[in-house]
Amino acid sequence: MPDATVIERPRLSGYGAGLRAVTPLLPAVLAFGVSFGVLSQAAGFGGAASIVMSLTTFAGSAQFAVVSVMSAGGTAAAAIVAAVLLNARYGPMALSAAGAFRGGRLRRLVEAQLLVDESWALSQRDGGFDRRVLIGAGLGLYAGWSGGTAIGVVAGDSLADPATLGLDAAFPALFLALLAPLVPSRRGMAAALLGAGIALTLTPLTPAGIPVIAATAACLVGLRRR
Amino acid sequence: MSSVWLAVAVVGAATVLIKGAGPVLAAGRTLPESSAGVLDLLAPALLAALVATNAFASDEALVLDERGAGLAAAGIAVLLKAPLLLVIVVAAVTAALLRAIG
Repeated sequence: MPDATVIERPRLSGYGAGLRAVTPLLPAVLAFGVSFGVLSQAAGFGGAASIVMSLTTFAGSAQFAVVSVMSAGGTAAAAIVAAVLLNARYGPMALSAAGAFRGGRLRRLVEAQLLVDESWALSQRDGGFDRRVLIGAGLGLYAGWSGGTAIGVVAGDSLADPATLGLDAAFPALFLALLAPLVPSRRGMAAALLGAGIALTLTPLTPAGIPVIAATAACLVGLRRR
Repeated sequence: MSSVWLAVAVVGAATVLIKGAGPVLAAGRTLPESSAGVLDLLAPALLAALVATNAFASDEALVLDERGAGLAAAGIAVLLKAPLLLVIVVAAVTAALLRAIG
């Protein structure tokens, strides 16, 4: 996989390597943390609830969904369903990385909380996952997201919208860069095209969250093509 | 308990369980050989779905906006073997410039 070297997917393993790998993304994560803090304040969430949610849920899209459903007058139940659907992708993601975790059940449960899209994507190594890279990257993301939320709660809407700075375009770019080394393989390309096709087809048809979950079915092409 | 705190507590607990289930239940077990070929392909399938939804989904609609332009610019940077930081910056700057003039 010579192409893999162009991506700054560090060959080194370790917590520091994970933190370094995620650093380019931290300005965007911080900015979205700030905007979550601002929006949730505007929706009447209260500063403590916003910050506690970032510390305990640590998943941007689900948190934004809860705030938008409830600020539009939706019930807590509707907000919970939306958020759980959005976070359901973490089930298969965490299962794929399960072999990397160490120690007893409690330690695995705690360390698995640092798994989010970006730390999962950055910690892939040679068909497996590097636990220290996942934890290092996850801690950087956690600090950025929670710290950003606290800043947004305190500063209010005096800060710039991250979309003005184009920071919302940073996330698809990151995932594309991490996908690039995986698609020279025919099976990888087939899974990627099918995954993207399923997600785009379902986006207008199903609640948010379902398209990405359904896209995981694309990995079943691995059954036939072994 | 207010409905806000109820949502915060339930979503937080559900997320802990969703993320923890695989790593906790699979502790000390080796996944069957047949699942390896499938789980290998989870990465390209999910990454491609995340690219697609982060760039083209807006709630439950497909949209072509500045994020799509940023993604196209990022794609060129990837083809030119730019480092990850540059790929991200190119996407953000492209989207920001288009929004500024749009």
